[in-house]
Amino acid sequence: MSSAFGEALPLAARGIVIEVDGQRLLDSVSLELRAGPRSVIIGPNGAGKSLLLRVFHGLAQPTEGEVHSGGRRLEPSSLRKQGMVFQHPVLLRRTVAANLRFALHARGSRGKELRRRCDRWLEEAGLEHLATRPARVLSGGERQRLAIARTLSLEPEILLLDEPTASLDPASIPAIERMIDEAHAAGTKIVLVTQDLGQARRLADEVIFLHRGRIEARGPAPGFFSRPGCARAEAFLAGDVVD
Amino acid sequence: MEDTQSILQVALDLIVGADAELVEIVGLSLRVSLGAVAIACVLGFPLGAAIGSARFPGRGVVIVLLNTMMGLPPVVVGLAVYLLLSNAGPLGPLGLLYTPTAMILAQTVLVTPIIAALSRQVLENLHDEYDDQFRSLGLTRRQTIAALLWEGRYSLLTVSLAGFGRAIAEVGAVIIVGGNIKHVTRVMTTAIALETSKGDLSLAFALGLLLVSVAVIVNLCVMGLRRIGGVAEGV
Repeated sequence: MSSAFGEALPLAARGIVIEVDGQRLLDSVSLELRAGPRSVIIGPNGAGKSLLLRVFHGLAQPTEGEVHSGGRRLEPSSLRKQGMVFQHPVLLRRTVAANLRFALHARGSRGKELRRRCDRWLEEAGLEHLATRPARVLSGGERQRLAIARTLSLEPEILLLDEPTASLDPASIPAIERMIDEAHAAGTKIVLVTQDLGQARRLADEVIFLHRGRIEARGPAPGFFSRPGCARAEAFLAGDVVD
Repeated sequence: MEDTQSILQVALDLIVGADAELVEIVGLSLRVSLGAVAIACVLGFPLGAAIGSARFPGRGVVIVLLNTMMGLPPVVVGLAVYLLLSNAGPLGPLGLLYTPTAMILAQTVLVTPIIAALSRQVLENLHDEYDDQFRSLGLTRRQTIAALLWEGRYSLLTVSLAGFGRAIAEVGAVIIVGGNIKHVTRVMTTAIALETSKGDLSLAFALGLLLVSVAVIVNLCVMGLRRIGGVAEGV
């Protein structure tokens, strides 16, 4: 992968508010994500984790506040340096290889270069034997691997993952986590939203705890898991119901 | 008046014997209707995709108008196209009145809103499904529309069938702008109307049987395509 910690970082949310019908789904969130550590965002349901990821990726517009990428306001050119993987992979009604080719072609890749990158990412995802299979008949894990490969094939500097393994059976998870690890090792900034505390422990270099649209705790792993520095985060990590 | 059995017998003889007049009428019917549907698809699919994938002020009004236009009365469309193509009309100098081209034009006007409105609904649903992913991949508006059209290809085949059904069964507009001229603009529906009024029920019945058969065959072909493609691509 050619990307390095570069132009799109740091990725910073400044005073982000999202208000719907008088309810603040994100409440003055300021967060700067720097090159290097894998940032894992955790928190109970409805905390605003996925919404924050969507704001970072330009898919949700904040009521107040701004997102900056590489020191400048988020704009289409900086969005192209990000890639996002959704909880439920959205695959085209085409073959596995055609899904990869579509993304590469949309970003201007053509001819031999396109075929080379397509073959490479089919292999990275362990899907080369399924290249001609319709993408929509793959298993959940295979579909998510294809979605990750499709995103990584575009060589993003930042990979945003919104609960990528939430709807998968446990056997499918290691392959997904391996892909995330490899992307990180190759220089891609990882921002992962997860409800799976085991996964957070395995993948996090730093943890951000979100509750009711606010960041209540943030710290480097693994220290965060033993002493998150906030009673609510402590309760959440202990498996208690957090209101 | 002939009895039903002899009408049926003569009708079948005409069909089996590939009566020259019958073949000519069926051929022109297909040419006009398929031509109109093809043009309507070229116009209507992108229009449906554009409206289905965009959010703009007045969009609701545009959709209501488009849906309303699906029910355009054929005789009104026929009259409008007649005025357009008549000697006194703006396109009069082209000399298209009472030609198959005029009939294609009239049917295109009738079918395009159907194709556009139905494809808008199909493609809007697809757009809702793909919007985040397409935005995430950084697709341009043009790429989005092209991708939606391709992703919706099998549903759009069904949409085109609805348009074909309207076109092939249409009589009011084509009789006004075509004139039902023998060997020139006579199609199945106008011939059925004429032969029935003349009392030649055998030919009318034969044409009626063929009209239904053509509709069934075209539907079977399209559904076959849809099934083969759908199975191959997991749709």
